[in-house]
Amino acid sequence: MTTPTRSASLRWLTPNRFGLSVLLIAAFAIIPFAGSDYLLDAVLTPFLALALAALGLNLLTGYAGQVSLGSAAYLAVGAYAAYNFNLRLHGLPFLASLVAAGFVAAAVGIVFGLPSLRLRGFYLAVSTLAAQFFVQWTLTKFGWFSNNNPSGVIDAPPLAVAGLSFSGPVGRYVFSLTVVVVATLLAIRLLRSQVGRNFIALRDHEVAAKVIGVPLLRTKLLAFGVSSFLIGVAGVLWAFAYLRTVEPAGFNLDRSFEILFIIIIGGLASIRGAFLGAAFIVVFPLLLSRFGAALLDNVFDSGVLEMSQRIVIGALIIGLLIAEPRGLIALVDRVADKIRRRLFRPQPGPIRS
Amino acid sequence: MLLSRSLRTAALAAAIAIGAALPVHADEQFFPLQSYRVGPYAAGGTGFFGGFIDYLNLINIRDGGVNGVKLTWEEGETQYEVERGVEVYERLKNHPGVAAWNPLSVGIAYAMIDRITKDKVPLITINHGRTDSTDGRVFPYVFPLLLNPYSETSGIVNYIATREGGTNKLKGKKIVVLYHGSPYGKETIPIYQLLADKYGFSLEQIEVPHPGNEQQSQWLSIRRAKADYVVLRGWGVMNPVALKTAQKVGFPVDHIIGNVWSNSEEDVIPAGDAAKGYVAITTQASGAEYPVLQEIIKTVYGAGKGNLDDKKRIGSVYHNLGIVNGILNVEAIRIAQQKFGKRTLTGDEVRLGFEHLQLDPARVEALGAKGLFHSINVTWDNHEGDGRVTFQQWDGTKWKVVSDWIAPDWASLRPIIEKSAAAYAAEHNIKIRTSDDTAVSQ
Repeated sequence: MTTPTRSASLRWLTPNRFGLSVLLIAAFAIIPFAGSDYLLDAVLTPFLALALAALGLNLLTGYAGQVSLGSAAYLAVGAYAAYNFNLRLHGLPFLASLVAAGFVAAAVGIVFGLPSLRLRGFYLAVSTLAAQFFVQWTLTKFGWFSNNNPSGVIDAPPLAVAGLSFSGPVGRYVFSLTVVVVATLLAIRLLRSQVGRNFIALRDHEVAAKVIGVPLLRTKLLAFGVSSFLIGVAGVLWAFAYLRTVEPAGFNLDRSFEILFIIIIGGLASIRGAFLGAAFIVVFPLLLSRFGAALLDNVFDSGVLEMSQRIVIGALIIGLLIAEPRGLIALVDRVADKIRRRLFRPQPGPIRS
Repeated sequence: MLLSRSLRTAALAAAIAIGAALPVHADEQFFPLQSYRVGPYAAGGTGFFGGFIDYLNLINIRDGGVNGVKLTWEEGETQYEVERGVEVYERLKNHPGVAAWNPLSVGIAYAMIDRITKDKVPLITINHGRTDSTDGRVFPYVFPLLLNPYSETSGIVNYIATREGGTNKLKGKKIVVLYHGSPYGKETIPIYQLLADKYGFSLEQIEVPHPGNEQQSQWLSIRRAKADYVVLRGWGVMNPVALKTAQKVGFPVDHIIGNVWSNSEEDVIPAGDAAKGYVAITTQASGAEYPVLQEIIKTVYGAGKGNLDDKKRIGSVYHNLGIVNGILNVEAIRIAQQKFGKRTLTGDEVRLGFEHLQLDPARVEALGAKGLFHSINVTWDNHEGDGRVTFQQWDGTKWKVVSDWIAPDWASLRPIIEKSAAAYAAEHNIKIRTSDDTAVSQ
């Protein structure tokens, strides 16, 4: 039984949606004006790109249960594909290159997802390593991908969409934010459809899913395709909006692990978890190195600080895997839930429907 | 009210006290350091940035700064990774009085070219970097000082020629270049090909994937190719592994010529015996016998302000490179001060200093660096400055210089550099500078 006085529009505005709207308004309307160049360029833009990549991996690993260690390869495919579309097809709008790069990454992802039809778990993770090494090797080996630049480094062209330039720090941030928000909404939509339920069925029990009629082959390949599409788009943002230069070595195995750690720390099978984890991975080292430098200026050099950061992240991953496999987001939810109960004590009587 | 009045008086007194306590802002010139003390390349990073900081400290302690302008710096760890370098750049770029950036990483330098050009601050890539940035007409703010990769290539080939008895003897010889699989490693591929065509030696270029701790197959192909010389264009752990693997397959070590990033103690000591007799190019001699190093030991390390933890590394190749880098940066500031006054300079003013960085052997001697490096002659359109190279051989305990100061074949390299720079200018809509528009912008 709900309170009858609530109007329809208010009913739409659940606390979650309200929070999300506030966040989006702040991200679009306040941060571009209030944030410093450093915040926009060095913190928020890489955060957005990594969050999108983590979201992509979370669809595959968190929701569909297929472990992948090839995320950095799809980032690289996206970045190089967008570069080549931009270079070789004159007059192609940048947004079209962005989407096309996502599709190229999806195609590569589907190819490397094929072993998932026969392999599971650990074995699948190892076979996805093939993507990691093969892509990096291809991009280094064949000069065509980097327009025969002798050193294999490519410079990203300035960002512009439909004549609008997005080349300043604010522009790059707003561009990334828009792309990430649209991609996230699409991912949410997908997860709430039959496909999303198929992903979860596949993860929870493959045989049972098959018995109830989930098309395994299609679902698995779709998971690989959608996931690498999102990661490919994230790669374009990483290369064009953030670094503005691309080299194959920047997409090494470490980057794949970084994205995997984001979803482990943030929370598997959670969209907010991908964002929280990405924020943690981007911001935590910065905070540690700056506070460390401020507090212990003369005691430790930057080397010691780096090491301590690795130790903390490593310990956190082990701790989370043991104590809270659902990641930081589960902790956040629990705390939020407690606060909510404190604030809105349930009133006596049959109020809850 | 008594209370409020006394409060007001107290506040006023406090304000005056704080105002008096704040020092008059002294002139300072700031060096943001994108250093790396962790990760696979920490040996190079600690030595180079250690030497650089040691020299800056020497200037501060001994001279009280450059004409009274104190040198300051702040380190940000990059681990040699591009995105960390970019983060440090964004973090430190707004610090007042930035003199120049010295990332010591090709990848980071590439990512910074757009940014520093917009911000009008010099980017120094001593002994490495993007070769065509030598052309100051297109890259006003980038300085691959002393030695760009093409000059290094030419210097190495010239050295091999002198060992064979002249460039005409190179015909029919087989040279293998073993390069690090990174932007840095690949930079010289076309130029080796060009020199091979010019002198008629046969050439094979083999990549070692990063980080390079497994090279069995590469060295077997070198053996199969019956190479006369191997040029080692390595970095970090790849170098000792190459020397050890060469010994295993029986390739004579004195026919391996190391490039400028394969020439340090850290490259040969881990290889042990396998490195004895190995020859490598350098722009700066190793050893601590030079007056400037003696002063650093006395003044900086004597005061407990030395940057190297391991004092045995004082005078090592990377440490000395850091010191030479310090000399070049400080002299550029000094030269710019002669023009603009003894105060904190803008990045663009320091850029003009670098463009007039001309240190002849007499000036190098006055700086206490005679024999440490030869000379430099940077102009507005030549941002490398015609550094000389020398070759050193490892005798098992230290490097011994085995050649004179050799000049690379700059004249024949310049047209290739200009062509590549012109292509970059066209791609990025850059107007090619003439000698008239080198003035500092306001």
